[in-house]
Amino acid sequence: MSTTSLPVLTANDFASDQDVRWCPGCGDYSILAQMKKVLPSLGVPPEKMVFVSGIGCSSRFPYYMNTYGIHSIHGRAPAVATGLKASRPDLMVWVITGDGDGLSIGGNHLMHAIRRNLDINIVLFNNRIYGLTKGQYSPTSPLGKVTKSTPMGAIDNPLHPLSIAIGCEGTFIARSIDTNIKHLGAMLKRAAEHRGTSFIEVYQNCNVFNDGAFDYATDRETKADTTIELEHGKPLIFGKNRDKGIRLNGMNPEVVELGKGISEDDLLFHDEQAPEPSLAYLLSRMSYPEFPEPIGVFRAVNHPMYDDLLNAQVVEARKARGDGDLSKLFNSGETWTVA
Amino acid sequence: MRFCGDSGDGMQLAGTQFTNTSALAGNDIATFPDFPAEIRAPRGTKAGVSGFQIHFASKEIFTPGDQVDALVAFNPAALTTNLMDLVSGGILVINKDAFDEKGLKQAGYEENPLEDGSLAAYQVFPIEVTRLTRLAVDDLGLGMKEADRCRNFYAMGLVFWLYDRSLEPTLRYIEAKFGKRPEIAEANRRALKAGYNYGETTEAFASQFRVNKAELVPGLYRNIMGNEATAYGLITAAKRSNCQLFLGSYPITPASDILHELAKHKNFGVLTFQAEDEIAAVTSAIGAAFGGSMSVTTSSGPGIALKQEAIGLAVMTELPLLVINVQRGGPSTGLPTKTEQADLLQAVCGRNGECPLPVIAARSPADCFDAVQEAWRIAVRYMTPVFLLTDGYIANGSEPWKIPDLKSLAPIEVKHPGPLSDGDVFHAYARDERLARPWAIPGTPGLMHRIGGLEKQDITGNVNYEPANHQHMVDLRARKVANIALDIPPQAVDGPATGKLLVLSWGGTYGACATAVREVQAKGGAVAHAHLRYLNPFPANLGELFKNYEKVLIPELNKGQLRLLIRGQYMVDAAGLNKVQGKPFSVYEIVNKINELLR
Repeated sequence: MSTTSLPVLTANDFASDQDVRWCPGCGDYSILAQMKKVLPSLGVPPEKMVFVSGIGCSSRFPYYMNTYGIHSIHGRAPAVATGLKASRPDLMVWVITGDGDGLSIGGNHLMHAIRRNLDINIVLFNNRIYGLTKGQYSPTSPLGKVTKSTPMGAIDNPLHPLSIAIGCEGTFIARSIDTNIKHLGAMLKRAAEHRGTSFIEVYQNCNVFNDGAFDYATDRETKADTTIELEHGKPLIFGKNRDKGIRLNGMNPEVVELGKGISEDDLLFHDEQAPEPSLAYLLSRMSYPEFPEPIGVFRAVNHPMYDDLLNAQVVEARKARGDGDLSKLFNSGETWTVA
Repeated sequence: MRFCGDSGDGMQLAGTQFTNTSALAGNDIATFPDFPAEIRAPRGTKAGVSGFQIHFASKEIFTPGDQVDALVAFNPAALTTNLMDLVSGGILVINKDAFDEKGLKQAGYEENPLEDGSLAAYQVFPIEVTRLTRLAVDDLGLGMKEADRCRNFYAMGLVFWLYDRSLEPTLRYIEAKFGKRPEIAEANRRALKAGYNYGETTEAFASQFRVNKAELVPGLYRNIMGNEATAYGLITAAKRSNCQLFLGSYPITPASDILHELAKHKNFGVLTFQAEDEIAAVTSAIGAAFGGSMSVTTSSGPGIALKQEAIGLAVMTELPLLVINVQRGGPSTGLPTKTEQADLLQAVCGRNGECPLPVIAARSPADCFDAVQEAWRIAVRYMTPVFLLTDGYIANGSEPWKIPDLKSLAPIEVKHPGPLSDGDVFHAYARDERLARPWAIPGTPGLMHRIGGLEKQDITGNVNYEPANHQHMVDLRARKVANIALDIPPQAVDGPATGKLLVLSWGGTYGACATAVREVQAKGGAVAHAHLRYLNPFPANLGELFKNYEKVLIPELNKGQLRLLIRGQYMVDAAGLNKVQGKPFSVYEIVNKINELLR
């Protein structure tokens, strides 16, 4: 590591020596593979990276990375990452969480990490089920979902992770799919390069407890009609023959067919840099089967970062009052001498 | 003496000013602020009474005193809730203006105590504080409300005269605090002087008191509150160990002032993070500890309860972390502004699994400074979270602090392993002679490792569920903490090395116990006093000490938590003196118990 030229790193350099112990066929493998593929392209050495996770299948992720890592406690990874990044702005910090970990027990921390906009990257593996605890419904499970803990069907309204992230004024918000590896890799890379908190939701298949939850979005036959790839500055077009689009009708999106008097110019154009998050929010509300579900970058804007601001206050305080002097501190206020 | 009045009357300010002035006059001091949990209970009611007690003396003292010799009562509610603490024959200064029909009714008086002879046992000075204050500031053009806000300065002036105190420090305070609002500064100055002059010119008071300088250890002193001393201790420990200080905290009474104080000192490189909740407070601190910072989380009992799972994580990951619990009355929200010592078992035992960690306790406001130094020394030397217990009584109380000689503060050694060359394997759970694992921090090439709450394989730190390994690791973590007993001073005793009775105390009851024991000793009683700083592990010689005394008494502001631990570990049939009233011990309560056991 002490050579003068920067070593060229490969995916293998980021793999730890631990056996990966997810169920065969788990979508997590794909995310792990894409992560290891993307990291060498960032120019950040493994020792400058930390993976922080909570509890759940996805949260075993740090053990499989040859970087620094903390597998912490249920739902608290964003808070662990906050303390780490705030005190060590030089590190690249990734938070790996799942829909149960991040949105249920850790919903509070996820919300605050996003609104503070530290320069961290949060990847939420959404499989709409509790995998590690063996198959209870999760905050993203649809209404009516029958599981071990909901034999008569879930009666809690599901959460939409991206709507929450946007509601927290997230500065980088994206969605991808475990099997769409090219897209997933591109999203991870953009997240890493974003300055501020990036939040990626990854549709991830749990083939043991919730197999096929995202078949509509991954099936070769249907995915062109059930998903829509967001591109900045481009109109929202989808469909196998790219003959359908999303148009705004007042405040509401609607699916329209191109031709027959409707041209591309009539469609909604994606602007990931819109200062107001309204458009991103509207897109986050589009869900199957009424709509194709957007994948890609919903929002990418620049805002001041908590870690920057916190450390700048230290610099500012030192500039204004000089470097802390214990003697001065102790002697502040009234003193007296006992002879 | 004690100032008491409505929580909007400025009693805490009056008390603080009198304290500082007494300290500057060279007295030894101890204070006890006592305020309601409600920000503003209805004016004039008993629920809204706020008090500030100051004990000042020409000799060394350890407590704010059991009873007061002088009481300033701003209204009937304050009188009725505080009078029982005034000694017979004591001075009672009363704001007569507040004793109107409404005020008396709110306090539950059927007759005016100023008129019905019920105060005959005291030297009563009914003074029209409100009217006289308004007169003093009459031509400054202040509104009635603003004028009345100067009343506490009038009372201060009067008390300053009574005890022959200089007005100078308070005049300086007024200038510093209100200098930008000249009319308010002038009003307070006038009220202060008017009160003083009232004492001097009227013949109401038969005498003035003079308390000479105390015989303290020579040195430079200042007055310090417990939470302030804790904050200073943290800044100092960070500097001594050359670490960046990171505080993750969530506001809670009575711990918040540590956060407030640290937030003021960013020029020391201090990072303060007001988290979204207690769990984020402690986990952020764990994240910062992993990053190599001196990490601290501060809270009070209910907040600590929330933090416990994460503290277990810090035990498992063997990261240094300070957990400071400023104890208050519990359980649950309990008595937010009142003191108690009932979180000892929470600190020692309050986590899942076999989860030992060192626990130490500060004994007085100024001692919080030293206790923090020791807590951090242990945390980094043994790679473990450390509990530091203080309490509301010492956190808000104050006493003279001998400003430490900076040169005498030795560095606290912190080691981070350096980079490994290619091919060498780093073992995150290899241990040194003290069984501490290496504090390898991110950014160091070659040391990449993963830690977490799952059981670790010995040496490698890899996740491991093997039965024998778990037994081994549980034993190892326990031994590491137990061995700290060899690295702390043996328990000292104040008094005879053998005898009839040993009083064993810990934490904020130090002052009352020390005073009580000395009082009994002075009368020839065969009693000794041992005050514990280390609650886990106990000092190595503690078991031997018990053998030297026929009886052991453990006074605690709880139902017998230390007693349970002592009985469990040493099979000593210790007696308890237990009080849970949100109030510190009175010296006489302990004296009485000691005498009962000596009989």
